[in-house]
Amino acid sequence: MLITCPYCGPRDVIEFTYQGDGNRERPDPASQNFEAWNAYVYDRLNPAGDHNEIWQHSGGCRAHLRVVRNTLTHEISSVAFVRGDHAPATRRKAEDKA
Amino acid sequence: MAEYSAFSLLANALKGNKDWKPAWRKPDPKASYDVIIIGGGGHGLATAYYLAKEHGITNVAVLEKGWLGSGNVGRNTTAVRSNYLLPANTRFYEHSMKLWEGLSHELNYNVMFSQRGCLNLAHTPAQFDDYARRGNAMRHLGVDAELMTPAQIKRLIPALDISSDARFPVIGGLMQRRAGTARHDAVAWGYARGADRRGVDIVENCEVTGFLRDGHRITGVSTSRGDIRAKKVAVAVAGSTGRVMQLAGIETMPIESHVLQAFVTESLKPFIDTVVTFGMGHFYMSQSDKGGLVYGGDIDGYNSYAQRGNLPIVDEVMSEMLALFPGLARVRMLRSWGGVCDMSMDGSPIITTGPLPGMYLNCGWCYGGFKATPASGWTFAWTIAKDEPHDFNAPFTLDRFHRGLVIDDKGQGANPRLH
Repeated sequence: MLITCPYCGPRDVIEFTYQGDGNRERPDPASQNFEAWNAYVYDRLNPAGDHNEIWQHSGGCRAHLRVVRNTLTHEISSVAFVRGDHAPATRRKAEDKA
Repeated sequence: MAEYSAFSLLANALKGNKDWKPAWRKPDPKASYDVIIIGGGGHGLATAYYLAKEHGITNVAVLEKGWLGSGNVGRNTTAVRSNYLLPANTRFYEHSMKLWEGLSHELNYNVMFSQRGCLNLAHTPAQFDDYARRGNAMRHLGVDAELMTPAQIKRLIPALDISSDARFPVIGGLMQRRAGTARHDAVAWGYARGADRRGVDIVENCEVTGFLRDGHRITGVSTSRGDIRAKKVAVAVAGSTGRVMQLAGIETMPIESHVLQAFVTESLKPFIDTVVTFGMGHFYMSQSDKGGLVYGGDIDGYNSYAQRGNLPIVDEVMSEMLALFPGLARVRMLRSWGGVCDMSMDGSPIITTGPLPGMYLNCGWCYGGFKATPASGWTFAWTIAKDEPHDFNAPFTLDRFHRGLVIDDKGQGANPRLH
């Protein structure tokens, strides 16, 4: 699996650290909405298909990347920096559920 | 249906093995059942067997998308053990171990359960102390455990490099002698035959495509072979849990699906007669009765439903194997494959009623589901029959994450790729 880092170019997956599901939204640090915190920590969409996820190029430029990868084929359709990027959220906001 | 005895083996051998009967029927699904079990893997088949045997509920269908045993029950590395730290896990897996010890007799089907032991190697004093603690916790609950010295380990596994020149010298180990391996296909087939003989319909090539509902209540399933109604619908689909629960309108679960790879070498003469695990990485190995070394390591570490992994883990697993057994450097790998694991947020399973009325859920096995097969089926059948959990699975609820009652044996937190 190759991930094309926007800064470094195509690199082997061993240079990257998986940071998990990129759909989760961290509640405001002052929030006392337990359901929102629980959902953030424990609940996952886990789709079979395109998955919005975070990888860090820890063996390279150390940037955090927002990657859309197909969990059935491992095909990567987009890579972008997390910072300044607003990838389409594919799940409801945790606050809406609470 | 097929009965096995010394006489039938001999008679069929003399007749050229042409008269064996299929071990289970191939029925068409009926319009309704008392219980539908989604998933014809080890856990689903064991559940059906114990529902019929222990609770007299025989109007049951097991629906399998592919063919019987095509998922993780035929993809694991066959290790069976009960060497856990936390009491909830220890009690559950020890119940499983006791069921394993009588399983071939119970099923009249040789599952080739071999109590050849499972040895966890320690490479640092802190790790050895940790094993002593876990061993004591196990013995406290009546499970066998013993600490071993490097000299004892060398006698047990002569091929192991225990020298001080090893990349990670071995300083001791924790042994569970009652642990071992079993032939995984036979477990699926044995449970299938036992359930079938008691009247359970095992329906293969029948994919569940949706749930039938009456308000919130689940009243059956739509399948590729038509709608089937049931009073109770049980889900035991391992790595596909997220997909099936989404069909029921449940968007998120405390589960991620990850791929775990496994490997087998060409057949060798007897090389190792126990299950050994590496302590400075994630590696485990045993030898099959056919002679192949069966081994594996960590999950690939990212969400995947692909049933195949990538090369970095292959490289890592081989490196770990050679760190322990330099003599295997020129042995050829025969096959590798992958299975999709339902990694839970605390590394422990979920066996519970709900989450919707009329539904029962069995999932979150991470990559340790095979050894749990008998107890998983036994407790899940109890839960379905009585609408409440047995003491053995009462801690393994779905809401434990939101209630702060996680059972995290390795203390890794809510990070599935580390469990």
